[in-house]
Amino acid sequence: MIDTWLYIGIFFLVAPLIPAVAILVPKLVAPRKPNPIKLDTYECGLETVGDSQVQFHIQYYIFALVFLIFDIEAVFLFPWAVAFNQLALYMVVEGILFILILLAGLVYAWRKGVLEWA
Amino acid sequence: MSDPIHLISTWFRELLLGWGLAPLLVQIIMYFIGAIVISLVAMGVVVILIWVERKIAGRIQDRLGPNRAGPFGLLQPIADIIKIFTKEMITPNGADKIPFNLAPVISVASVLLIWAVVPFAATVVGADIHVGILYIVAVGTFGIVAILMAGWSSNNKFALLGAARAVAQMVSYEVPMVLALLIPTLLAGSMGVTSIVAAQDVWFVVLAPIAALVFLITSMAEVGRAPFDLLEAESEIVAGFHTEYSGMKFGMFYVGEFLHVFTIGALIATFFLGGWRGPGAETYPILGFVYFYAKAFLGYFIITWVRLSLPRIRIDHMLGFSWKFLTPLILVVLMVTALLVKMMEGANIWIFSIVMLAANILIGWVVVLILKRMELMRPKRQKFEGRPVAVAPKPPASANS
Amino acid sequence: MSGMEIVFLIVALVTLYAALEVVTTNNLVHAALWLIVTLFGVAAIFTLLSAPFLAVVQVMVYIGAIAILMIFAIMLTRGVGKSDQPMVNKNWPVAAVFGFLMFFALALMLIFSGRGNDPMPVITDNGATISALGLALVTPTGYVLPFELASVLLLAALIGAIYVAWRK
Repeated sequence: MIDTWLYIGIFFLVAPLIPAVAILVPKLVAPRKPNPIKLDTYECGLETVGDSQVQFHIQYYIFALVFLIFDIEAVFLFPWAVAFNQLALYMVVEGILFILILLAGLVYAWRKGVLEWA
Repeated sequence: MSDPIHLISTWFRELLLGWGLAPLLVQIIMYFIGAIVISLVAMGVVVILIWVERKIAGRIQDRLGPNRAGPFGLLQPIADIIKIFTKEMITPNGADKIPFNLAPVISVASVLLIWAVVPFAATVVGADIHVGILYIVAVGTFGIVAILMAGWSSNNKFALLGAARAVAQMVSYEVPMVLALLIPTLLAGSMGVTSIVAAQDVWFVVLAPIAALVFLITSMAEVGRAPFDLLEAESEIVAGFHTEYSGMKFGMFYVGEFLHVFTIGALIATFFLGGWRGPGAETYPILGFVYFYAKAFLGYFIITWVRLSLPRIRIDHMLGFSWKFLTPLILVVLMVTALLVKMMEGANIWIFSIVMLAANILIGWVVVLILKRMELMRPKRQKFEGRPVAVAPKPPASANS
Repeated sequence: MSGMEIVFLIVALVTLYAALEVVTTNNLVHAALWLIVTLFGVAAIFTLLSAPFLAVVQVMVYIGAIAILMIFAIMLTRGVGKSDQPMVNKNWPVAAVFGFLMFFALALMLIFSGRGNDPMPVITDNGATISALGLALVTPTGYVLPFELASVLLLAALIGAIYVAWRK
C-alpha cells in the first residue's frame, strides 16, 4: 500500500513541476519591458477608484457554510456506500434516515430564503 | 505486442537493475518516469484538443474554423503556443508575488494529479488506491484554492470579485457532484477507480442515468465551462479571476481548463461508460487504451457541443439550480437506488438493469411533471395566430395614380 | 534511518514550519495559505500511518471547505492588509517556558511508556478497512447511534449557522 502512495507522492512532486517548467521557459524567452502604465491595476482602462478590497456579501460565506455541512454528510455516507454489499436492509434504512435528516436541513435553509443569491 | 506498456517497463526495469542500482531507487525512478509520461501525454492531448475544439466550434457555428496554419489548420495550436511563449508576463503593482505565481501552477497541477488514479487499460493504471473517488474530489479542491489565490493576489477588484464568485459557483456544484459519485460507489461496493471499472459488467450509465447526467452537469459547472462560464465572460466581469495574468501564466490557466474538461470526459468514461472495457479489452490491453480514449473523447465532444449550443446562465439561476434542484434530486435518486439495490440483491443481471433504468426514467418523468406543474418549464410554443406586426398605411384617398 | 522515517521527518518539519508561519505572519491571508500547507502536511502524515481514507477526507473537508470558509470570512472583514498591532504578546517568555515544560512532560511520558519499540501495525487491505468502517457505522452494536446523532448535530450546526449569519 505504501507502494501506491509513493507513486502518488512522486506525482505530487512531478505535477507542479510541469507547469512550473512551462512558465520558466518563457521567462527566458519573453520580453520584459515594464513601464508604469503596464504595471497599473486594470480597471476597464481607467484609473482605479477606491480601495482594492471590496465589500463582500455575506452570501458567499453562507454558501461555503452550507457546502461544509453537506460535504461532511457526504464523507459519512461514503463508508456506508462502500460497505453496501454486506449490509442488511435495516442498515440501509438507517443510512436513508441520515440522508432524510439532512434533506430536512436543506429544505429549512431553502424556506428561510438563505439560498438566494444576493 | 498486445501489452506494450508492460513490455517497455519490464525491459527498462531490468536495464536499471542491471546497472546495479538498489531496487528501491529503481522503483522510484520508474515511478518518476511514469508520472512524467502520463503528464506529458495529458498535455499533448490538450494541444490536440485546442485544434479539435476550434474546428468543432467552427462547424457548429456554420463556419470553417482555423484553416490557415498548416493543412486543415493543424498547426494552429503550435502557432498559439509559440505566441503565448513570447508574450510578456506582467506582474501588476501591489500583487502578492508568491501566491500570484503559484496559482496557475497549482491550478494545472490539481488537474494533472487526477490522472494518477485513472485506469487506462486492464493492466495500466498509475496508482490503484482504494480511495480513488475521494482522492479525485480532494485534488479538485486544490484547484478551488488556486483560484482564490489568483483572485486575491492580483490586487484588482474585478479579479477578487470574480474569484469569489467562481469559488461560490464551484463550491455550490461540488455538493451534487460528490453525492452523484456516491452512486457508482454504491453499485460497485468500493471507492477504488479500478474496482468501479471492474464492476461495470453493465455500464453504470444504464443503471444510474440520472446520476451520470448530474455528474456531467456539475462537472461542467466545476470547470467553469459554458453555459456556466459567467466568471470568465468578457462582457460580464472582464476576465474574472485571471484578469491580471498574461503570457504563459494565463496560458497555464487556459491549458488547465481544457485539460480539466478532457479529464472530466475521462472520468465520465471511467465511472459511467465502463472505462477501458469493451470487446476483447481484457486479452489485448492495447485495445483498452483505444476504448478509453474513444469514450473520453465522446465525453469531451458532448461537453463542447453543450457549450456551443446554450446561452450563458445568470448567476442567481445557476446557484439556485444547484442547491434547489440538483441536490434534492440527487439525494432522492440516492435513496431510491439504495433501496432498490438492496431489495433486488441476487437478482438476474438483466432484470436488475431494466428495473434500475425504469426507476430512473420514472424519477425523471416525475421531476418533469413537477416542474411543469410549477410552471418552471414552458409549454410547447403556441401557434401563431396571424396578427400582423406592422401594417402599411393606406394611401390617402386623394392621391392620383 | 529507513525511508519512511526520513519522509516522516521531512513532512513533520514542513508542517511545523507552516504552523509557525500561521501564527507569526503579519498578513491574514498569508496565514490562511500557510494553514492550508499545515493541513496538507497532516494529511501526508495520515497517509504515512496507513490511513488514506482519513488523508483524503482531511484534504477534502479541511482544505476544501474549512480553509475556504476561513478565507471568505477573512475577506468579509475589511482592513486585511498588514496589521500594525504587535504580533507577539508581552508575556511570551512565560508562555514559552510553559510550552517547553508541557512538551518535555509529554515526551518523557511517551519515551518511558516503553511503547516506542512496538512495530507499526501493518494495515494492508484498505478496501476491507473502509468496508469495516461502513459496517461499524450502522450495526446496532456498533456506532449507529452516534451516526444518526451526527446527522442531527450537522442539522443543528446548519440551523445555528443560518441563524447567526443570516439577517433577514
